[in-house]
Amino acid sequence: MEANEILAKAESLRNGLSTGFRDEIVKSLYTEAETIAKRAVKSISDKKYDFDQKIDRLVTSPYAGLPIMLLLLSLIIWLTVSGANVVSGWIAVVLFGIGDYGRALFNQIGAPWWLTGFLWDGVYLGLAWVVSVMLPPMMIFFPAFTFLEDLGYLPRVAFNMDWLFKKTGAHGKQSLTMAMGFGCNAAGVIATRVIDSPRERLIAILTNNFVPCNGRFPTLIMLATVFVAASFPPALTSFIAAGTVVGVVLIGVMFTFLASWILSKTVLKGEASAFTLELPPYRRPNVSRILYTSIIDRTIFVLWRAMQTAAPAGALIWVLANIHLGDSNLARMIADWLNPFGLLLGLDGVILLAYIIAIPANEIVVPTMMMVYMGAGMMINGPTSNSAIFDLLVNGNGWTMLTAVNLMLFALLHNPCATTIMTIYKETKSLKWATLSVVMTLGTAFLVTFLTASIARLLGWA
Amino acid sequence: MTNTKTVLPTEHCETCPAFTQLEQMGIKVGDFDRVIALAGNPNTGKSTLFNALTGLKQHTGNWPGKTVTRAEGGFEFNKMRYKLVDLPGTYSLLSASQDEEVARDFILFGQPSCTIVVCDATSLERNLNLVLQVMEITEHVVVAINLMDEAKRKGLEVDARSLSRDLGVPAIAITARTGDGIHTLLGAVADVIEGNIVTKPLRVHGTPEFQKAVNELVPMIEQMAPGIPNARWLAIRLLDGDARVQKALSTGELGDIVSRQQRADVQFSGKMSVEGRQ
Repeated sequence: MEANEILAKAESLRNGLSTGFRDEIVKSLYTEAETIAKRAVKSISDKKYDFDQKIDRLVTSPYAGLPIMLLLLSLIIWLTVSGANVVSGWIAVVLFGIGDYGRALFNQIGAPWWLTGFLWDGVYLGLAWVVSVMLPPMMIFFPAFTFLEDLGYLPRVAFNMDWLFKKTGAHGKQSLTMAMGFGCNAAGVIATRVIDSPRERLIAILTNNFVPCNGRFPTLIMLATVFVAASFPPALTSFIAAGTVVGVVLIGVMFTFLASWILSKTVLKGEASAFTLELPPYRRPNVSRILYTSIIDRTIFVLWRAMQTAAPAGALIWVLANIHLGDSNLARMIADWLNPFGLLLGLDGVILLAYIIAIPANEIVVPTMMMVYMGAGMMINGPTSNSAIFDLLVNGNGWTMLTAVNLMLFALLHNPCATTIMTIYKETKSLKWATLSVVMTLGTAFLVTFLTASIARLLGWA
Repeated sequence: MTNTKTVLPTEHCETCPAFTQLEQMGIKVGDFDRVIALAGNPNTGKSTLFNALTGLKQHTGNWPGKTVTRAEGGFEFNKMRYKLVDLPGTYSLLSASQDEEVARDFILFGQPSCTIVVCDATSLERNLNLVLQVMEITEHVVVAINLMDEAKRKGLEVDARSLSRDLGVPAIAITARTGDGIHTLLGAVADVIEGNIVTKPLRVHGTPEFQKAVNELVPMIEQMAPGIPNARWLAIRLLDGDARVQKALSTGELGDIVSRQQRADVQFSGKMSVEGRQ
């Protein structure tokens, strides 16, 4: 029996049926469900959904909905920034202290200089940096985010943002996938499976990277704290820093809309499709589960991944910095070679070198950058306070406010990390879309930083 | 959890269905006797039930569409080893999005020994649509009415016995979060698989002429793909003009899906659980 025969037979049988047979089946399905449910469910009071509905009327109202959302986002980021700042210092002191001890021990037992350097100034320093930069913000951000997720707030976000996505020709559920992107862009890309239409799913995949993931948050937090907030009175520091990070996130959201709109007008033409989204009841979050999910599944998982790339990256930098050629070393030479292009973007050669080394994982950009700045074979460890970092960057390496702002923009807009690119490739099964995701984001990053740098220079700000 | 009571068993317990052994086996599901699928609408607590049974920590979250991949785990109940497959939530079996396709393909072609359809007690009517559709495909169905605590808080009383009677399959009230009713649920699942409970699933038949058309198509499909489960359901979908099923039939994809879903190594892959991390 051939497939075509069966199809033909089905076709002819279908034509023989009265026209309403399809509706008939669906209708009987629904009536059946209705009668059965009615028989089984009794309402014993009329309090019903009162409380949930009252809250929902507020958090999804056309006026208060978006401001409340912004407020919650700001609150989470403020908690993260102010908490991370405290913890970060302690962790840095402990980890860099261990580094000193280990180095001293190696010297004492007479280990060769290259072994001590490779292990303690390369591999260990890379690890210590990545842990002290990343762990504190994640420890606070992930539990707070998971709390909102368990509470049932995320679908309300989708509800509030739906009209905006519709205007750009994208799917309303894209805000759910963006929310996942805050944790990890690769997870955000996988989460796009909830979007039915392939066209809108591709838009969500390609633009997910404009949400800064947890690998990039620490960079933003550090720059916002050290540069933007530094000139304000100490009491305001955490608010200014948090406000700056919120601003960067909002710029990312803006670029998401812009890119979605351009995509749906060009390569991914089409109208936004309608969908139903349930607003689940608010549920009391389970504290132990939140801690498990956010600490084990998210924090440790992401940190472990970062450490796996930080160790070889640290080793690579040490090797590059210790291959001497004349007065200079290889790391310096590559950075110098990249410098003109870096300056054009308001950045510098070291930052670009750090980004190239950090392609496997964005988390290691700051650590890589710091290690190159501090140079080879340095016997002092990483700066453990904000003022020391400020001093190293501004007085030691000629950073300006423009460098800091453009680095934040670059961190927000540049290409996805290797894991995310691989995930995009796996999800779309297409080299074309994976490539586009890189070209589009990197192009945007270059263009935007070039423009801000040029404007700032024209106006004499930098 | 209710199964951690420290009361010592007496001889009566041997025969009491409530005294049963549940051992969580996590992802160690090398050997298993039976496969159970967890289906249901989005956000009805499938993953919570999955975690309660397997002891795994599959990430749960309060939003529809959280589980996009299939998670698998194992548990032992009354000396039988079960493999449990947590499927993405789906409103119907007729849909197009990728997460719902994962669920549909498995229920259709994975031939689980039993399918537990998890329902939200607070919005039963909508949930029953899926129950009815799953019962079209297989008679090995147990309905779990979850979120009974939430229903109670909202002043709703759900009569599971009335549901069992109307649906023709066991319906068990549970609260997956606290573990209430889970042993009764597993007992019902075991009974359905062993044939101690003979289910008579309610089926929506449609008009007599429609029935006749279905009966004409079924033997043709079975002849083309011997051993294909659910020929009846496929016939209905073909009569309905389901483009996806038509395409699967003409490209031979259908045969591939059947063999893929039935291969044990694909049914359990560690990769899935990693990808499922969100």
